[in-house]
Amino acid sequence: MSGELFSRRLPGIDFGPLLRQSREADARTVAAILARGRARDLTEFAALLSPAADERLEDLCRLSQAVTRRHFGKTIRMFAPLYLSNECVNICKYCGFSRHNAIPRITLPVERVVEETRLLAERGFRSLLLVAGEHPKYVSNGYVEEVVRRVLPFMPSVALELGPLETQEYLPLVRAGCEALVVYQETYHEPTYKDLHTAGPKKHYHWRMDTPERAYQAGFRRLGIGALFGLYDWEYEALALAAHSLHLTRTCWKAQITLSLPRMRPAAGEFQPRYVLPDRAMVRLLCALRLLLPHAGLVLSTREPPAFRDGLFTLGITHASAGSSTEPGGYTSFDPEAWKPTRAQEGEQFHIADERPPEVVAAAIRRLGYEPVWKDFDQSLVLSEN
Amino acid sequence: MSESIPNEPLRIADRTFSSRLLVGTGKFSSNERMREALRASGTGLVTVALKRADLSGKADPFANILEFLESDRYLILPNTAGAMDAEEAVRIARLAVAAGLPNWVKLEIHPDPNYLLPDPIETLRATEILVREGFTVLPYINADPVLARRLQDVGAATVMPLGSPIGSNRGLETRAQIEIIIEQATVPVVVDAGLGAPSHAAAAMEIGADAVLVNTAIAIADDPSIMARAFALAVQAGRAAYEIGPAESSATARPTSPLTTFLDA
Repeated sequence: MSGELFSRRLPGIDFGPLLRQSREADARTVAAILARGRARDLTEFAALLSPAADERLEDLCRLSQAVTRRHFGKTIRMFAPLYLSNECVNICKYCGFSRHNAIPRITLPVERVVEETRLLAERGFRSLLLVAGEHPKYVSNGYVEEVVRRVLPFMPSVALELGPLETQEYLPLVRAGCEALVVYQETYHEPTYKDLHTAGPKKHYHWRMDTPERAYQAGFRRLGIGALFGLYDWEYEALALAAHSLHLTRTCWKAQITLSLPRMRPAAGEFQPRYVLPDRAMVRLLCALRLLLPHAGLVLSTREPPAFRDGLFTLGITHASAGSSTEPGGYTSFDPEAWKPTRAQEGEQFHIADERPPEVVAAAIRRLGYEPVWKDFDQSLVLSEN
Repeated sequence: MSESIPNEPLRIADRTFSSRLLVGTGKFSSNERMREALRASGTGLVTVALKRADLSGKADPFANILEFLESDRYLILPNTAGAMDAEEAVRIARLAVAAGLPNWVKLEIHPDPNYLLPDPIETLRATEILVREGFTVLPYINADPVLARRLQDVGAATVMPLGSPIGSNRGLETRAQIEIIIEQATVPVVVDAGLGAPSHAAAAMEIGADAVLVNTAIAIADDPSIMARAFALAVQAGRAAYEIGPAESSATARPTSPLTTFLDA
């Protein structure tokens, strides 16, 4: 890694003119960027978020689709999240796992994780995202490492979305065979961040922000970042996320950067999203990211409803989840035929919007003229003999 | 319409191929369309990323790309895409042989996941190791004539310089370097990556490339089979022109008064 950490660079970015550009760019500016087919910097990226760009949305989508096809082909990489635990020491006002929410708490025993992973593998998944709340009890005792070792023989790609750790703590997880690390900043707006994260280690804004760099030093090959849209002004979040991606692309050059644009969903707790990222703006954002970062992975989760997902799949998305449960142990309670919950999922982080089973999503992707790719990584790349 | 123009066959290591078009298998909209396009291309050598295949021998229905490759029509050339250094490339190449694939390997080592540009140092190291282990090694390289010679020296079966970055469709942007590689080559030169149109492939063949490898331009075409055929014809045409030698084009206008008449006096 080279250069300074993103948390130190972010304060140096002058958001005023960028935000103005994202709201007031004129048609000529947008037309010039579209003619080049590439956003060269944050200012041009900002212009593609603007109402003037909305007037050219069809052209923007065509360009984004063409650029994505050149680099990723007509393919979508499929993955499934698997929630290991909803135990969490943080208080985050918007999150279903927040410490004060009265939901049933569980950390899955390793055997149960293996069982859940087998169900996902039978469904086709060869790429897994292990998700957990933030709790010291399963960080230090080798639990995650054990899980990874047990599932790798039948799950070639394993990514992690856990509470931020030190580089030293990531090393054994990389050695165990993990490919990727995902950590969302949630909101890049520091005052909002401090207001929403009132207790627990997550309240440390800078520590969280610099997690991808620590993960890179430990050897992860893919770094996932994202903002949770609904916590603050979407244009601000979009600009900061884009700046973060550009930074990581330059400093962590051996890692693929993937971006997620989750929008808030109903969850346990009282929190109501105060800001909205409208559908059309989300499409502009997706395409603008593609024209700024032609090689970045763009991830689409089941937070979005089926028709909207099907619309986005061919516009720039590279990775998609399907048939997800956001509750630890959720998959073993699914009806194996219909792949639907057989009981209320009280311990879930949020409720998904696209409830179609994986094979139905895959069929929809095929109908769009794209190949759902289940396996795109082999453990022999990361693991020396056995 | 004539179906094809006969070209001299292509020899790589101990094998002979009638087609000088190599095709890649990534980025297709379905395995079925890929299979059709490979047939239409008439290719004899098809490369596949091992990371997408099932190497466990369990016939995984969700990683079954190999089942769509017809080994009676063409030789399957496993590639090491995804490998970031020599160790990873060597490991996955060994695994491919253990899984019953040919001991030919297209070496792709790109630590940068964005432009997928090949690492010259790791590529040379991996070539040395794999050649020693009996592999037929076809390394993907930047268009670097010195590296090409170093790879020849350690036993690479071909060199595969890029025309422009993978997926860029920008054609023969490294033409001047590739011309030097061709001039100095003792093994076949296969121009790989960046060829976005049949005319790019024809141009590579006209300057004396032994073959080209095309993937993106075929895979993402609206009709991959027709595009595959178009590339096949362009390769044949370019090669035929190279074999007979194109008509000379005059670099300078002929002066009205000859400059050498004094020699006749």
